[in-house]
Amino acid sequence: MSRFRVSIQIVPRKGLLDPQGKAVADALHALSFSDVADARIGRYIVLDIDATSAADAEKSARAMCDKLLANPVTEDYLIAAAVAA
Amino acid sequence: MKFGIVTFPGSNCDVDALHAVTDALGQTAVSLWHREHDTQGCDVLILPGGFSYGDALRAGAIARFSPIMQEVIAHAERGAPVIGICNGFQILCESHLLPGALMRNAGMKFICDWVHLRVEGAAPRYLNNYQPGQVLRIPIAHGEGRYVADDATLDALDQSGHVLFRYCDTDGAVTDAANPNGALRNIAGITNASGNVLGMMPHPERAVESLLGSTDGLALFESLLARVNA
Repeated sequence: MSRFRVSIQIVPRKGLLDPQGKAVADALHALSFSDVADARIGRYIVLDIDATSAADAEKSARAMCDKLLANPVTEDYLIAAAVAA
Repeated sequence: MKFGIVTFPGSNCDVDALHAVTDALGQTAVSLWHREHDTQGCDVLILPGGFSYGDALRAGAIARFSPIMQEVIAHAERGAPVIGICNGFQILCESHLLPGALMRNAGMKFICDWVHLRVEGAAPRYLNNYQPGQVLRIPIAHGEGRYVADDATLDALDQSGHVLFRYCDTDGAVTDAANPNGALRNIAGITNASGNVLGMMPHPERAVESLLGSTDGLALFESLLARVNA
């Protein structure tokens, strides 16, 4: 059993209006960052999970996302595990 | 008829709901703390407005797993009435008792204002004492009230008459200008497929006495009574 640091990025699903992301994209455009095509703002969650492998830690985090951490109607998530320092 | 009003940490419309069903409607009601496991024989359960658990993670996401919610879900699955108002609507969506989700208002701002709603749909349990197409004046107070769902879900809601209230102008026209939060298809309130679970962002419990500025919310609660007394 090792401890893994699991990073979870949760973002509003593409195609759904993200007013916060839109406001930031508009502000970036106003600052002449015209190369910004889209901005979406979500949450970043860091969990320390005890598991036998990184894959197991990610599997556990996926179950947490499906049950609580992300809303399946409005959000997508990305999970990455690494051995905790 | 006995009402149960759930109080979560952060609920702030529970006393308003209690007042509406006892003083304005003349029924009995009990307050149910979120840690309780017993709905005390209540006929109707109300999830009130507020900011349960500080809206941590997402509005309603944590409340869904509180002890009392397991009883609320069982109550709903028995076909008994459950009403979620504002944060209560958010909790019902998070609990999957209603389809869709409530997202941040399109204009980013928290809105506390009066809106007009058009009554439609097929839900005699809640609409019995309204006329189809009737325009109601009811207040809203929310930052995350933009109803969203995928097109298939929206079509199913429309076709089955499970959209009960839409934001409209004073004449009952459903327009973008009358939509305060960017809700898809101007949806302000819906029921589940069996018609016993109602979720709505506007606050009918704040529109039950002329002193409050409107009595248009009272008929929603009276509809429940009419059905039982019929």
